[in-house]
Amino acid sequence: MAGLTKSQIGGFLARQGILVAFALFIIGFTIANPRFIDPDNIMGVVRSSAILGVMALGVTFVVISGNLDLSVGSMMSFSTIVVLDLHDKIGPTLAIPTMFAMTLALGAFIGFLVAFLKLNSLIVTLGMLSAIHGLTLTYSGGKNMDIADKEGTWFSVFGQGDIAGISVPILIFLLLALVLGVVLAKTPFGRKVYAVGGNGTAATFSGVRRARVVFMCYIISAFCVATAGLLQASRSLGSQNTVGQGLELEVLAAVILGGASLLGGSGTIFKTVIGVLILGFITNGLLLVGLQFYVQFVVTWVIIILAVWLDIAAKRGKLWSPIA
Amino acid sequence: MQAGQLSKYLKGGAIWGFIVFELIFFSVAGEFLSVSDKAFMDADNMLLLFKQSAPIGIIAMGMTIVMINGNIDLSVGAIYAIAAIVLLDSMTWPAFEGLGDMVIPVAWALALLSGVVLGAINGLIVWKTGVDAFIVTLGAMLGYRGLVFMYNGEQPTSHLNWTLVDFAEAQFLGLHTATWFLLAVTLAIWFLMTRTVHGRNAYAIGNNREAAVNAGIRVGPHMMINFMIIGFLAALSAIVFYSESGSVNPNDGELYELWVITAVVLGGTKLTGGAGSIISTFGGVVAIQLLRKGLAHLGADTSTVNLVIGLILIAVLFLDRQLNVKGKEELKV
Repeated sequence: MAGLTKSQIGGFLARQGILVAFALFIIGFTIANPRFIDPDNIMGVVRSSAILGVMALGVTFVVISGNLDLSVGSMMSFSTIVVLDLHDKIGPTLAIPTMFAMTLALGAFIGFLVAFLKLNSLIVTLGMLSAIHGLTLTYSGGKNMDIADKEGTWFSVFGQGDIAGISVPILIFLLLALVLGVVLAKTPFGRKVYAVGGNGTAATFSGVRRARVVFMCYIISAFCVATAGLLQASRSLGSQNTVGQGLELEVLAAVILGGASLLGGSGTIFKTVIGVLILGFITNGLLLVGLQFYVQFVVTWVIIILAVWLDIAAKRGKLWSPIA
Repeated sequence: MQAGQLSKYLKGGAIWGFIVFELIFFSVAGEFLSVSDKAFMDADNMLLLFKQSAPIGIIAMGMTIVMINGNIDLSVGAIYAIAAIVLLDSMTWPAFEGLGDMVIPVAWALALLSGVVLGAINGLIVWKTGVDAFIVTLGAMLGYRGLVFMYNGEQPTSHLNWTLVDFAEAQFLGLHTATWFLLAVTLAIWFLMTRTVHGRNAYAIGNNREAAVNAGIRVGPHMMINFMIIGFLAALSAIVFYSESGSVNPNDGELYELWVITAVVLGGTKLTGGAGSIISTFGGVVAIQLLRKGLAHLGADTSTVNLVIGLILIAVLFLDRQLNVKGKEELKV
């Protein structure tokens, strides 16, 4: 340690700042309230973060490819409402694949607009946020959706079940994170996602079909959203039309916190999972210390800006921006 | 060159063409489908339309200059809510008890000041840290909303001042107070962007930041001023709305940023910066409000409005790109 110069320590802090901050948070909260480190509490946090986390996995792909997806929140409301409605009409066995197909169709539509028509993803998904919200309200007629027989259905297994003492949402989250992590880090497709986001023109000249890659990222995002909708529906067995409202920004916050650049080309699934867990543990820690839930908004604000600031400060080698 | 001019006029006039189309469509369709007997293009209805577009419209003027500058502000909804709380709550503070109705300008000043300060915080962070405005204001959107909740928990903040309500409901030359505010803001921001050095520099920075820096323009202060202006306008919008309603919920103003950005983009302002016009934004604001009112006139509910506005936004983006591509091809020839 003695051999490290100040700037090396600074560089390490900036590069791994998010992990350092995470560790400090856990230590701080544990001192404030020892229950924080209790295994039951930790499991509880991971379980309640699972829905947000599953969505963040898909958005990570979209962000790395250099685009944005602001429609995931209202798309998740759509999936939840659809699967709950179909559950009573055609039974859960058929309802789940139908809901996945409908959600993937929405994702394909967005992917088509962004990838093949090359429209700005921020505006397209902003428009789709509103349009899908309208679609959901039209579908449900504005009413809350509830499963009639809440006791007798096996549908609740996804959101409430346990396998070997670990709750199913956690298992699904971790499994999906593992699969998508391998896809992103170890397959040719994953490398193309980085290439397209890092330098789209160079990727095109290297023979990467940019539009296809971007399209697939939106399909993956839609798949994750459908999974999140399934978890949400199964956990509560009833839902409002606005269940996912505002989630798109929390998801984005988690992805950014994990160090993915909005310009594309950087970020990993592992770091996104860390980002999701940080948000979850902050909420939980603040509640355990006895603060209101909304204090987390302010803390999240400070953390997001500090995290991104340190990240780019490390890249440019200077703390303050060169803007005159 | 001639053809390029044409496409420019086509784009500049598109929003007004769209408004005319909406007026004709809703008038004709209203004859057959409407549940009410009143005509759509009723004078009272149109006056009300301007009044109702004021809260979004006033913020949209600020968003236009921030976007011309090459930035974006997602925190306007939260600033709006904070300013509303400051406005209503400060009127009940014991310190101002003896002021009588003179408390109104004091409360207004405090609300506007809080808007400017919150905007300045955003601007300063964007300037000094170099973090993208999208991320800074996304964070602020959460953070400022947290401040709203911390101020008064989950309770609504209410205070009715009847002098203020009378002022807000007054009509001068047929137009409501809110409409006058919208028109005044539009005029002021139009003047700022087309007739002052600050406006010219803001366009230059959004268009090509490197070139602007080389030309000796100080980028940071201009960006910060624009964030302060949008904070000011978000607070002004809150003043216009809450003077009349007198009660603010901690969730008020949520999703306002989306409505505002939709209006600005409909008006033709580019997300990439450097291009955009205040007058077209005014058109975008009116077009959205017409759409909401028109669909309601036909008996459609909010779900249809959301659906249609989302799809129109995407269609506008598509058409705009087609026109741009065409313009470039014409230039080549």
